[in-house]
Amino acid sequence: MNSMNHLLDDPMVLRELIMDHYQYPHHHGLTDDPSYRHVHMASDSCIDDITVQSKIVDGIVEDVRFDGVACTISTSSTSMMTDLMIGKTKEQAEAIVDEYFRMIDHKEYDPDVLEEAVAMKNVYKQANRIKCATIGWKAMKQMLEEGEGHE
Amino acid sequence: MIDIPTVRKAFPIFQNQPELVYLDSAATSLKPQCVIDAVSGFYTDHTSNVHRGDYAIAAENDALYDGTRKVVASFIHCDPREVIFTHNATASLNQAAYGLRKFLKPGDVVLTTKAEHASNLLPWFAMQKECGIKVEYAPLDSQGRLTEEAFLSAMHDKVRIVALAQVTNVTGAEQPIKAIAKAAHAYGAYVVCDGAQSVPHMPVDVRDLDVDFLAFSAHKMCGPGGTGVLYGKKELLTQMDPLLYGGDMNARFSSDGTVILKEAPVRFEAGTPAIEGVIGMRAAIEFLQKIGMDNIHAYEKELRAYFLQRMQELNNIEIYNPDNAYGPVAFNAKGVFSQDAAGYLASRNIAVRSGNHCAKILHEVIGTDSTIRASLYFYNTKEEIDRCVAACSDISLENAIGIFF
Ligand SMILES: Cc1ncc(COP(=O)(O)O)c(C=O)c1O
Repeated sequence: MNSMNHLLDDPMVLRELIMDHYQYPHHHGLTDDPSYRHVHMASDSCIDDITVQSKIVDGIVEDVRFDGVACTISTSSTSMMTDLMIGKTKEQAEAIVDEYFRMIDHKEYDPDVLEEAVAMKNVYKQANRIKCATIGWKAMKQMLEEGEGHE
Repeated sequence: MIDIPTVRKAFPIFQNQPELVYLDSAATSLKPQCVIDAVSGFYTDHTSNVHRGDYAIAAENDALYDGTRKVVASFIHCDPREVIFTHNATASLNQAAYGLRKFLKPGDVVLTTKAEHASNLLPWFAMQKECGIKVEYAPLDSQGRLTEEAFLSAMHDKVRIVALAQVTNVTGAEQPIKAIAKAAHAYGAYVVCDGAQSVPHMPVDVRDLDVDFLAFSAHKMCGPGGTGVLYGKKELLTQMDPLLYGGDMNARFSSDGTVILKEAPVRFEAGTPAIEGVIGMRAAIEFLQKIGMDNIHAYEKELRAYFLQRMQELNNIEIYNPDNAYGPVAFNAKGVFSQDAAGYLASRNIAVRSGNHCAKILHEVIGTDSTIRASLYFYNTKEEIDRCVAACSDISLENAIGIFF
């Protein structure tokens, strides 16, 4: 186990990570660039309202962005997702998304694949917050499944 | 005076969940044993349909079910024939709106406010599309309150319907319905009153208010789910079309499509109703009447004042409806999203609700997308409020995230 993974076992560190991603979300703010697809997630819950954009070219996730009104868990989990997706091939990205949903469903998962997103590993304990931890990831999954191009 | 310890003994949940502080009665209320017994008695001792059977138990249920109209009538001061049983306040409001279509023409206006619950807005929105009417909003102050003057400033000749809650569900503002009804009637408009948050908490007299319709749900007043009431003035009910057609509400029909409907209220109760729900609602109303609606109202006011005063002592809490004398406290912890804060309170066994509470355009008025709503009922105590306030003082981003570790 390398030192990074070791750190990611420490609840204090994971808590800090969530705080950081919530207060300073990565890839935050939407673009008008028409080469991005977007998914607006607003119908799942009546509180969180998030839009995720992605640009997938030649099988590579070139960029992911997001914005919206959301709680700590929605915001930080989506922010972590953007970090994990950018630069990956579509297949790699899909594998990470699958791994993440396995963790959220409290099944066996590979923490190495999920890096900082393992901070969400205990969300399954609060059933009503699973929606929050998956809202941005569901949007990404949808865009990966739709493939490239425009709707 | 209410004897709170005795009242609390009537609610088995307090024994079963000794740690729970339930401050979400605006969403649904807790249930006393007498209501539970009334509902389960229907299953264990006297099951039947209503208005259909020729045997003794069926007759007993007919008497209980239809007899409940009298109980409701004594509770809100109307004629039992003006009491329609529905599934909830939402169904009641939809029926009222649907029935009023007959009286509307394109260009007519429904006047309401941005503090209304979805159930008292969306039926009218649908009619904007389908009947060419227009929904307009009377102005509210920054705490979501409507004054008689503000209402009058928005009233005009084209307003045919005034649709307002007696007490709104997020800020708990009590709206001056009696004065509004008088003014509305002078313009020839009908008044549809949403009583979902008032009927459980205060004495309501539809004759005195002179509203044309009043809607409420049993589940918010110690009764079972799936049961509500629509009060409507007799002369209007006789002219209105039902929203649903089917069994029991018709007197006869023939193959050429001719249908003769029964009279109100049964005309508006198509299909098998929630019989146990109505019987349970009767037990709930009798329970409330025994405690006394005046007593309930006075005690909740006192409790709310205490709650507000304690919350105002906290530096990390922002309150959106401090000047309301009554109803829920709507607040946020500074810098913490409402759902995160509610999650933290849940970890301390405090049940509140976060979000926009189905009043999705209220944020345009009170300036926040979502709030925590802590709502009281007569079974709550100062000790519970102290526990809630202590937990609120500890709400922080760190603690809200801490619940996951
Ligand atoms: C003011 C108000 N109107 C209507 C409703 C709808 O009640 P129900 O869901 O029981 O139909 C509610 C309940 O949330 C409410 O608070």
